[in-house]
Amino acid sequence: MLSQSVRYFIPEPSHWPIFGSAALLSMASGAASWLNGWAPGKYVLFAGLAILIYMLVGWFHAVARESEGGRYNKQVDVSFRWGMSWFIFSEVMFFAAFFGALFYMRVLSVPWLGDLEQKLLWPDFNPTWPASGPGLKDPFTPMAAWGIPALNTLLLLSSGVTVTWAHWGLLKNNRGQLIGGLVLTIALGLAFLGFQIYEYGYAYQNLNLKLTTGAYGATFFLLTGFHGLHVTIGTIMLMTILGRCLAGHFRPDHHFGFEGVAWYWHFVDVVWLGLFIFVYWL
Amino acid sequence: MDAAHVHNGHGAHGHRNTGLMRWVTTTNHKDIGTLYLVFSLTMFFIGGLLALGIRAELFQPGLQFWQPEFFNQLTTMHGLIMVFGAIMPAFVGFANWQIPMMIGAPDMAFARMNNWSFWLLPPAALLLVASFFVPGGATAAGWTLYAPLSTQMGPGMDLAIFALHIMGASSIMGSINIITTILNMRAPGMTLMKMPLFVWTWLITAYLLIAVMPVLAGAITMLLTDRHFGTNFFNAAGGGDPVLFQHIFWFFGHPEVYIMILPGFGIVSQIVPTFSRKPLFGYSSMVYATASIAILSFIVWAHHMFTVGMPAATQLFFMYATMLIAVPTGVKVFNWIATMWKGSLTFETPMLFACGFIFVFSIGGFTGLVLAITPVDIQLQDTYYVVAHFHYVLVAGSLFALFAGAYYWLPKWTGHLYDERLGKWHFWLSMIFFNVTFFPMHFAGLAGMPRRVPDYALQFADFNMISSIGAFGFGLAQLIFVYAIVKCVRGGEKAKDKTWEGAEGLEWQVPSPAPYHTWETPPVIR
Repeated sequence: MLSQSVRYFIPEPSHWPIFGSAALLSMASGAASWLNGWAPGKYVLFAGLAILIYMLVGWFHAVARESEGGRYNKQVDVSFRWGMSWFIFSEVMFFAAFFGALFYMRVLSVPWLGDLEQKLLWPDFNPTWPASGPGLKDPFTPMAAWGIPALNTLLLLSSGVTVTWAHWGLLKNNRGQLIGGLVLTIALGLAFLGFQIYEYGYAYQNLNLKLTTGAYGATFFLLTGFHGLHVTIGTIMLMTILGRCLAGHFRPDHHFGFEGVAWYWHFVDVVWLGLFIFVYWL
Repeated sequence: MDAAHVHNGHGAHGHRNTGLMRWVTTTNHKDIGTLYLVFSLTMFFIGGLLALGIRAELFQPGLQFWQPEFFNQLTTMHGLIMVFGAIMPAFVGFANWQIPMMIGAPDMAFARMNNWSFWLLPPAALLLVASFFVPGGATAAGWTLYAPLSTQMGPGMDLAIFALHIMGASSIMGSINIITTILNMRAPGMTLMKMPLFVWTWLITAYLLIAVMPVLAGAITMLLTDRHFGTNFFNAAGGGDPVLFQHIFWFFGHPEVYIMILPGFGIVSQIVPTFSRKPLFGYSSMVYATASIAILSFIVWAHHMFTVGMPAATQLFFMYATMLIAVPTGVKVFNWIATMWKGSLTFETPMLFACGFIFVFSIGGFTGLVLAITPVDIQLQDTYYVVAHFHYVLVAGSLFALFAGAYYWLPKWTGHLYDERLGKWHFWLSMIFFNVTFFPMHFAGLAGMPRRVPDYALQFADFNMISSIGAFGFGLAQLIFVYAIVKCVRGGEKAKDKTWEGAEGLEWQVPSPAPYHTWETPPVIR
């Protein structure tokens, strides 16, 4: 018979998944009723969110304990690598849907709305991008690329460097470099988020650029908004990893938790480059 | 190969809960497979009841039972529940039960996440079913949720959107698990090109799911923000376009229909060789054909929307790309027939369903080719011809393959042989009533009867009456299936480890019923 460390790890029965399901049920029903005018729905939504956070903390705590307890062998490690890679691929496809909407509007639907056939209906519509829509008369100013967005590009690209530097520290078993690199990465991520929030406020107050600003506003806010959400999640993941590093977790030859988060961080970085080029710049 | 016997009966992985908590907390792939299968069977009957509601109304022209709004809710929810609640979870149930046993793995790669993949489904189903009871009722926009209809529906639409989000998360997690299991958990010597075809088809299906479920999530998120947060993705006045929704939806939707049929191809490819007592003809061409279908599925989506208005060159591209799919599909059909050719054939229930599948699915494939022709499609768009076509591939395709697989592996799962007489009754009644229901729809559609309308011109009355009689017969025949399963679970003739004399594969080397843990020590494949 194979010993425990050689055999593939299969977890004991777990109650965490059912907490997650209860959380999502509560969030979905709460959000649906809140959106349709039943105010207490928001408490149902937030209760669900609280259960979800409780579940995530408990579940990942169990994973960290199992990992440090030496229960994940090489084969389990490879599973995690495949799993994370395919998860990131699914995220890529999620963003692809919104990029697809952006390209469709810029290249097809907005020009169509300004063509000769529509002139009778909307004689004044100027279909050059950035455009809102022929039925919307509220003027707006598009977001300039070379101010805060360029700075944010610099911040995120640097954070990609610092997280790699932290990884080198981990590989050399230099804990100081590891923790310093992670702290820097988190700081850069938080700075990015701060600028992003400021940019949104500026857009609403000074540029009259809103979620309701037609094609440009919808694609701008949903693409940057979902990216911002992913940076937020990534930053929380990095903080978790920092906490684990401070607790002495991870070894040079056993640290997929760190690497998975670093992969995720690089993915968020690459999405931003796409955003910077196609949403802000071109 | 005796490893499984040695380990029989003792759980090396700690305790197992009893009663309800066993099923809520389980991390065992067989338990979770059973949960998926029971869930999908339940949803199959709920979706089936909705279908009978549709057919009752259409039994005669004029309005008999439902208001038109409720009729549209019935068609919409029938589609959503059958696609996301019945067919997809059933195939995932088969994957959970069979893939670890067929590749010699001790369990799924992520056993705990596997539990969550399943337990996300009941809340989602609850949201869907509950949406009938909110003000305005369930969504009535059709299962495709086309804007601007879907941007104008009541709260039921929001519940459907969130239910789809949750089911999408379940599918993505399930698929990541299946891909990882197949890529990383195979027994030594089980090279990719030695894998059973069911495993291959699921590998490719899981890839499709991970690629397109997030796209659906994006589409319905845009729907949600258009509905409640003032975005204009699908509103021309705001620079958007309702057709944009159709493009994004069908970029998901076309691979989705192959998600629902490829594992069925896999099941049939296991069954036909067993009852022909010959190896599968053209194994590697089957693998390449499956992969080709998957790749082509990404570049044919606009054939669902030929009538919305698009450049002729685009129509031509999508028409030819669609027709191209007939090539790998034809490869499969000919391979199955070549496998049977000069085989020592017997026709137990799994083989009956597999042969029925090949015959009736091919008819659905041919009507698909007819619909692929743009000028023809412009006549047939949104008629009952389309309804006939996709029920031929989804009911006689996916569902018959699921029935075939259920009868094929039930002895392995329960340790008992099912009642062959009941199985044969189930097959013949299903086969006959299926065709009684759906074959006349071709004629109704060719004559111009539109779908999703509760009333119709008198000229369609006879066809509809026949269809409705067939539908109720088909529905009742499914009760035989439930009875056959219950009977088989409760007892019956003891099944041998290798239930079918012509069967090949690792699942037949473990005892029947399969012990709670199999292949804790991996077999070595020569």
